[in-house]
Amino acid sequence: MKRVIMETQKTALYQIHKNLGAKFVPFAGYEMPIQYKDGIVKEHISTRTYAGFFDVSHMGQFFLEGDETLTEALEKIIPADLKSLRINHSKYSFLLNNDGGIIDDLIVTKTEKGFCIILNAACKENDINQILRFLGKNHKHLLNNDLSLIALQGPKSVEILDKLIPGVSSLKFMTGSNFNYDNEKLYITRSGYTGEDGFEISISNKKVEKLIKFLISKEVKPIGLGARDTLRLEAGLCLYGHDLNEKINPVEANLKWAIAKKRKEVGGFNGWDKIKNVLTNGSEKIRVGIKPEGKVIARENTQIYSTDDNKIGLVTSGTFGPSVNAPVAMGYVNSNYAKVGTLIKLEVRGKKYGGKISELPFYKKSYVK
Amino acid sequence: MTEKKFSKKHEWVLLEGDIATVGITKHATELLGDIVFAEVPEAGKSVEKEGQAAVVESTKAASDVYSPISGEITEGNKTIVDDPSSINADPEGASWFFKLKIKDKGEINSLMSKDEYEKFCKENPN
Repeated sequence: MKRVIMETQKTALYQIHKNLGAKFVPFAGYEMPIQYKDGIVKEHISTRTYAGFFDVSHMGQFFLEGDETLTEALEKIIPADLKSLRINHSKYSFLLNNDGGIIDDLIVTKTEKGFCIILNAACKENDINQILRFLGKNHKHLLNNDLSLIALQGPKSVEILDKLIPGVSSLKFMTGSNFNYDNEKLYITRSGYTGEDGFEISISNKKVEKLIKFLISKEVKPIGLGARDTLRLEAGLCLYGHDLNEKINPVEANLKWAIAKKRKEVGGFNGWDKIKNVLTNGSEKIRVGIKPEGKVIARENTQIYSTDDNKIGLVTSGTFGPSVNAPVAMGYVNSNYAKVGTLIKLEVRGKKYGGKISELPFYKKSYVK
Repeated sequence: MTEKKFSKKHEWVLLEGDIATVGITKHATELLGDIVFAEVPEAGKSVEKEGQAAVVESTKAASDVYSPISGEITEGNKTIVDDPSSINADPEGASWFFKLKIKDKGEINSLMSKDEYEKFCKENPN
């Protein structure tokens, strides 16, 4: 067997993370901070109550340029209504395979010359290959590794960032704009993946350290992947590779809202036959929120049973939710058991514990619309 | 003998008479991070040396807690079950996991002293 030894990559902020006391883990080929000195629970709470910054530079910032044929090409693999997407507006969507399975989930933003797509780190190479299959010679594309991506999340984000970059407070959720900072252009969207108000800042690797130093001077805490996971799970948001994969379609993932209405009617994208079928007839299984009884944590791969002990599904994400102050989980269950309030059993270490199907999100969002 | 002994799996034991109190070390709690769940054995349960006896979970992962010594459980610490975060606060004091009546006092000799354990942790940081 051929062994490929790949050096793990580091983001431009690696040394800063180290100085901030980060514990690193390998993640999608990168050395990423899982937590800092404060630990996951404190990092989580400070994001919910004040503000935290996340280095998400490992994610792919993929830029595409072209005319309306580019939009048509992308619509073959992305089920968003890209034709109607206005400049500086963003949508949550997916790349779909021929069976309607999710190759990756993403945020796509309409730019002046085309689109910018934010891709998951572990998927970005394959994603780009999948997208390229649909592009024409007149379409330009670039995975920009000279840019860092910083998420600033939490209720104080707007107040803090507006001091440095006046005007960001006028952005609405899922819109973006160009701003000037330190003689350089940067792109900021009002978005994130924590269930909090906040921003994602695309900034050159050369300037990112200066931005971080400003945030630290404003008492904004660094937040690692550990708290990013507890935050997104409380917000009911999916993590690719866990809650989503190529064998799961958006209807099963309970994400049909993210397929544009027009696209649901007209189709014309990868996996449309399959998706049309499950939209009409319903899917066998569906993603739900789960609240285990008491303190027991139902982690990924925990078996889910009905109260009469039939296997009905599997947990795909589960942890302790610091803001909910209880364990929370998501998973897929047989659609007959998906109603909120349905009692279930969860098998943890060979013992069955009670639980119930819960509404998502576990933690109420406060986006600025 | 009232000196704590330590295992390579990061448990501590304090033997008083033939009753041993077992917990996890401060070093272990630092590796685990914020503890959010604990399960302790019921009185009457027999445990083997290095056998699984309790469970501790942080926000990151679940870990087994092993008994560094064999015997019969006399008590599990319900306080840490009700408030798992207390384990981070005082792992080598009030937040012990279980007490057991030991079978073989000789087993304790295979465990490390505090100095030996500290050296072991330095050599095996993870």
